[in-house]
Amino acid sequence: MNIQAANRPSAAEAALVEAYTAQLGDLPGDGAVLGARDVLFDELKRAGLPTRRVEAWHYTDLKTLLRAIPEAETVTPSKAIAPLVETARVLELRQGVSRDVSALQGVTIKAYGESLKDGTAAADLLAFSKDDAIGRINGSFVRDGYRLSVADNAALDRIIELQAHQGGGQSHGRFIATFGAASKATVVERHRNSGKTAGLISSVSDLTLADGAEVTWVIVQEQGPADTHLGQIKVVLGADAKLRLFIINAGGKLVRQEIHVRTAGEGSDFTLRGVNLLGGETHTDVTMTLGHDVPNTTSTEVIRNVVFDRARGVFQGQIRVAPDAQKTDARMACNTLLMSDEAEFSVKPELEIFADDVQCAHGATVADIDHTHLYYLMARGIPQKPARGLLIQAFVAELVEELEDEALVVALEGVISNWLEAHG
Amino acid sequence: MLEIRNLHARIAEDGTEIIKGLNLTVKAGEVAAIMGPNGSGKSTLSYILSGRSDYEVTEGEILYNGESILELDPAERAAKGIFLAFQYPVEIPGVATMQFLKVAMNEQRKARGEAELTTPDFMRRVKEAAAELKINPDMLKRPLNVGFSGGEKKRAEILQMALLEPKLCVLDETDSGLDIDALKIVADGVNALKSPDRAVIVITHYQRLLDYIVPDTVHVLYKGQIIKTGDKSLALDLEANGYADIIGEAA
Repeated sequence: MNIQAANRPSAAEAALVEAYTAQLGDLPGDGAVLGARDVLFDELKRAGLPTRRVEAWHYTDLKTLLRAIPEAETVTPSKAIAPLVETARVLELRQGVSRDVSALQGVTIKAYGESLKDGTAAADLLAFSKDDAIGRINGSFVRDGYRLSVADNAALDRIIELQAHQGGGQSHGRFIATFGAASKATVVERHRNSGKTAGLISSVSDLTLADGAEVTWVIVQEQGPADTHLGQIKVVLGADAKLRLFIINAGGKLVRQEIHVRTAGEGSDFTLRGVNLLGGETHTDVTMTLGHDVPNTTSTEVIRNVVFDRARGVFQGQIRVAPDAQKTDARMACNTLLMSDEAEFSVKPELEIFADDVQCAHGATVADIDHTHLYYLMARGIPQKPARGLLIQAFVAELVEELEDEALVVALEGVISNWLEAHG
Repeated sequence: MLEIRNLHARIAEDGTEIIKGLNLTVKAGEVAAIMGPNGSGKSTLSYILSGRSDYEVTEGEILYNGESILELDPAERAAKGIFLAFQYPVEIPGVATMQFLKVAMNEQRKARGEAELTTPDFMRRVKEAAAELKINPDMLKRPLNVGFSGGEKKRAEILQMALLEPKLCVLDETDSGLDIDALKIVADGVNALKSPDRAVIVITHYQRLLDYIVPDTVHVLYKGQIIKTGDKSLALDLEANGYADIIGEAA
C-alpha cells in the first residue's frame, strides 16, 4: 500500500522543519537540553502535525487548520501592557523573552532560559503523551519563560501576572511553577498579541502543588484575529492541595488549550472554570485530561461557551478514575449559547472509571438567548446589542464571580465586556 | 398622545387574530382604564403597544404623539417614553437589578441625547424611589426579579416606571396578586407620576384598583374591539352588573 501522498508534509510542517534547521546552533541549551530538543523535533517530524485520525485531535485537525507558520520574529512590542489587576507584579515575557527576574517575597524567580542553558530544563522537555504536538513544538523551539518557586507556607499578597506579550511572529514560552507546602498564591497567565501581524504562539505551563498548597491560576488568552495559540497546562496536585484553574479564551484564530491534571495526593481538589468567547471564523479547542489517581479526591469542571458568527468550538473532557481511587467525586458540565445558525460547538465528555465507589457526573446544554428575557430588557429601553450583552454576561459572569478576589473579578468582567463590545 | 385606529393584530406564530379593529384615543394627562373579560385581548394590546415581536399588526395604525410607532422596536419605543408594567415580570438570573436599572436609565438618556447619570446621582434616585415604594434595599441586590414575591415584582415594576419617567404608562393587571396594603403603595406610586404631560392606561379586571387610581375614561374591550366607552361610573356599573349587559348591547 502506498500511503506516501498522505504523509507528504504540509506547508506548515515544511516551514517548521525549516525554522528548526535555521535555528540549530542558536537555540539555548546544554548537551542534554539540545539532545531532548532533537528527540522532540524528530518525533514531531515523523508523526507530522496531528490530523483528525488522532483521537485526541479528532475535532481539531491541526494539519489542515494550521496553514502557515509566521516568520520567526516580526514586530517586538516596545513596552509591557498594564497588568489585568493594577497591583499585580508583572513578569513580562516579551516576544518569548523574559525581562525581569527581581525577587518577590516568598517566591524565587528565574529566567527559564537559564534552566535551558544549564541543563536543568532537560527533564521538563519530555513529551506528555504520544500525541503531544504542543509539547513537542514548544520543547523544540522554547527559548525562555519563567521558573517560579513559592516557598513553603508563603502566602503571596500580590497577584503574579505572567505576561506573554507579542507582536506577531513566533513565541514559544514555558512557565514552571512549584508551590511549596501550605503556600497560597494567585497567578494570572496572560497571552496577548498587540501587533497586527499573525503569530504562532506556544506556551507550556507546568505546575506542581505540594501538600496543602492553595493556588488560583487564571489563563487569559486574548491573541489577535490571525493568531494560532497552542497552550498547555500540566498540573500535579499533592495531598490536600487545591487548584482553581480559570481559563478565558477571548481571541485567536486557531486556539488549542490543553489541561492535563493528576491528583497525586489524597484530599486534593481541582476546580476548572472555562469561558470561551468565540466569534468570526475561528476555531477554539479546550481539551482536558484529568486523572483521579488516588482515593478521596474531588473535582468540578464547568465550561461556558458563547459562539457567534461561524466560529467553532470544542470541549473534550476526559476524567479517568484509577482502580484504587475510591470516593472520587468528579462533576463536569458544559453549557453553550449559540448566537448564530452557523455557530458550532462540539462537546466530548469521556469518563473512564475503574473504581467502584465513586461519583462522576457530566452534562451538556445548548441554547440560544431567551427571547422573553431579551424583550423584557428592550422594553426598558436597552437596545438589542447591549441587551444581548447583558444576558451573555449573565451567562458567563456566574463563573467569574466564583473568584473571590474582587479586583480580579472586575478585571475579567472587563475582558468579557470588551470582547462583547467588539464582537456582540 | 395615543391614537389607535382600526388596529388588527394576530399572534405571529399561528396567525390567530386577537385584535380586530380596535379604536382608542388617550390624551395627555388622562388616566384611561381598559376593562374586559378574560381573553378579550387586554394583555395582547399592552404587548403590541410595547412592540413585542410575537404579535403582528396586519392593519391599522398606532400613533404616539402623532407619529406611527409600528416600525419601532421595543427599545426605541421605551426611549420615546412608552412603558409597560408587566402582569408577569420576567426573572433574569445573573443580571443584577442595580446594573439593569443603571443600564436602562442611561441607554434611554443616550437615545434622547442626554448625558449619562453619574453613579452617585443614580444611587440617590434609586434610593429615593425605592423608599417611596417601601422597597427593601436588599431586594435590589438580588438578580432582576429572581426570588421576588408577586408583590415585590409589581413594586419593582413601578420602581422602574418611577425611575424611567415615561410619558405613556401602561399598567397590565398591576393589581393582580397584590394585597390591599401593597395595592395602596403601588397606586400611590402611580398617582405620584400623574402629570398633565403624562398619560396612564390601566388594564384591569376589577374596579378595586380604580378606587385608588381614579380613571378619567373607562373602555370595555371585548373580542379585540372597544365596545363601550364611558367615565368612571362605567367601571362601577361593570362591578355591579358584570359584562353580560354591555356585551349584549354591543351584539
